[in-house]
Amino acid sequence: MPDPAMLLDVAGLHATIDSKEILKGVDMRIPHGEIHALMGPNGSGKSTLAYALTGHPKYQITAGSATLKGTDLLPLTADLRAQLGVFLSFQHPTAIPGVTMVNFLRAAMRSQGKELSAREFLTRLTYEMAELKMDESFRSRYINDGFSGGEKKRAEILQMALLQPQLAILDEPDSGLDVDALRIVADGVRRAVEGSAGKMGVLLITHYNRILEYLRPDTVHIFSAGRVVASGGPSLAKEIEAMGYEGLLGEVAPVSASA
Amino acid sequence: MVTKTDPLSRDYKYGFHDQDVSVFRTEKGLSRKVVTAISQHKGEPEWMLEFRLKALGHFPKRPMPAWGADLSDINFDDIYYYVKPVDEQLNSWDDVPLSIKNTFDRLGIPEAERKFLAGVSAQYDSEVVYHSIHADLEKRGVIFSDCDTGLRLHSDIFRKYFGTIIPPNDNKFASLNSAVWSGGSFVYVPKGVHVEIPLQAYFRINSDNMGQFERTLIIAEEGSYVHYIEGCTAPTYSSNALHAAVVEIIAHKGAHVRYTTIQNWSDNVYNLVTKRAVAYEDATVEWIDGNLGSKVTMKYPAIYLMGERAHGEVLSAAFANSGQHQDAGSKCIHVAPHTTSNVVSRSISKGSGRTSYRGHIKVLPAAYDVKVNVRCDALLLDEESQSDTYPYMDIDNPDVTIGHEASVSKVGEDQLFYLRSRGISEQDATALIVNGFFEPFAKELPMEYAVELNRLLALSMEGAVG
Repeated sequence: MPDPAMLLDVAGLHATIDSKEILKGVDMRIPHGEIHALMGPNGSGKSTLAYALTGHPKYQITAGSATLKGTDLLPLTADLRAQLGVFLSFQHPTAIPGVTMVNFLRAAMRSQGKELSAREFLTRLTYEMAELKMDESFRSRYINDGFSGGEKKRAEILQMALLQPQLAILDEPDSGLDVDALRIVADGVRRAVEGSAGKMGVLLITHYNRILEYLRPDTVHIFSAGRVVASGGPSLAKEIEAMGYEGLLGEVAPVSASA
Repeated sequence: MVTKTDPLSRDYKYGFHDQDVSVFRTEKGLSRKVVTAISQHKGEPEWMLEFRLKALGHFPKRPMPAWGADLSDINFDDIYYYVKPVDEQLNSWDDVPLSIKNTFDRLGIPEAERKFLAGVSAQYDSEVVYHSIHADLEKRGVIFSDCDTGLRLHSDIFRKYFGTIIPPNDNKFASLNSAVWSGGSFVYVPKGVHVEIPLQAYFRINSDNMGQFERTLIIAEEGSYVHYIEGCTAPTYSSNALHAAVVEIIAHKGAHVRYTTIQNWSDNVYNLVTKRAVAYEDATVEWIDGNLGSKVTMKYPAIYLMGERAHGEVLSAAFANSGQHQDAGSKCIHVAPHTTSNVVSRSISKGSGRTSYRGHIKVLPAAYDVKVNVRCDALLLDEESQSDTYPYMDIDNPDVTIGHEASVSKVGEDQLFYLRSRGISEQDATALIVNGFFEPFAKELPMEYAVELNRLLALSMEGAVG
């Protein structure tokens, strides 16, 4: 049974794309206010889990459950899940030419019942953009159109900061960033968690230990072949760095398979 | 994915119609008698009646276009060619008959006036019912009137240019217009005068089985500048209406003319318009052409680049909903050396809607050092919708640089998901993408028109969601 006290409760989740099974029984529970890291080899299905939880129409859920504070997410379309408080920071955000960031951000906030007056909105936006060291010209640029890799990541974090979700799924928010940009992004995530008074949970998909040093996850999950094969404290991330997935999975995989 | 609502079903907000208030109309169908009656009713000079009757002679001889859209439903015998709604033209808004005033209130004419436009003209069926121009423009010699008044009060200029760019035998619908034309705008800008604020005209068809045949003539003398804007609407009737306008623009040496139109006819109007401009030495002509409504539109704004360094721009946007065919494009004829043209076309098709881009670039042997750039992009909103591109190029000089790019795309699943993952509904997400696609066009519009365009598109996309 889903646990309504739990922010995110995923149990036995299976998902396919083009009738190919990618998720093969994912179990994961994220309490309010916790940061969980999700690590694993390329192609293990981490991004698919992110898409499946946020309602990408290309993915079919074939078994299992996913609830947010006890509410079943699976029958809901992506926009309704977002309105419930699920946010996805995309690994590769798509460009939408002709739609300015400012129009888009206002439309998104309006759709989530978080509309501000024009003045309040601009004040908030200016503040958040300054925190993320984003140039003012971002406002009138088209969504992700011609953005550099680093600009895209910051723009995703900006959206999270403005929308204040319950659950933020961050799909490699650190990839391709230099040290300074990484710190800015990590600070942005931490600010959002702290600003939520311990309510917002984070599922952080990453390959690198560095962002975890900034964000200090409560739990680290290891993902392999479509499911969570090991979970542990922050030290697990260090072990991966030292041993590699192969070394580590060689040890833990059999245990998890019988679990 | 199952879509429960039709996010782009069209809600035509100008679908209301007023009671017939006409004070005079000719009998249905086309004849010498009808053409003579129009001319006599207007008290025109003899040469204009002759011009009309000559054009009437050309009309049956000119073939229906065998290409483009399907025009087989047009019944020329079932059309009122002239309907006069009021006794005389008015310069005070208060004097406009209530039913007509209400219509233009809904279209936003009084607001336009309040915004201190340089001039406003409103045509209802065949005649211009309301007209005003700022006194200081009049003092500087600018003429902005309806075409009938232009003929009456400024016959020298009028006669010098009328029908010279688009002769009455140019094509079937130009012949028809030349025979029965009424209303439209006459604009004359003297040498060196810059008209800073746009001149605006509104055209409205209100009668059933009505043809509207306005005639617009714009003359910009050396070094002058003018921006002329028109908007068009019609109510929805069960039978089809015909709009066959003719627009002629003359941009003399170094003049700059921008012509902007947003046409939002109801979906039973045949919109068959001939638009042509000549640009002399160092002149610039820009056609900004938006086509949202109508059953069929066939319209290819043309620019003849007659003098050295003349420049032409055609920027068009078309939206074809189910049952609509927007066959639009452009023609750029490079006659002189060092001339340049730039064509940008954006079109969106939905349901059984169809958009076609038909472009003709011609470079004559004497025209060297010519630069041409054509870009047309089509967006399809579903599996059924359709778009075609017909680019024609006749290049008779080797010293020409031509860029041509065309693309057809569908609303991307990734784009939709990105917006929806932020809480934005499918309808609103589609509307945002559609607006974004039209942005290169919208940003060229005066602000109130850009807002209106966005609003019209959003309205079309609201569907059944409350």
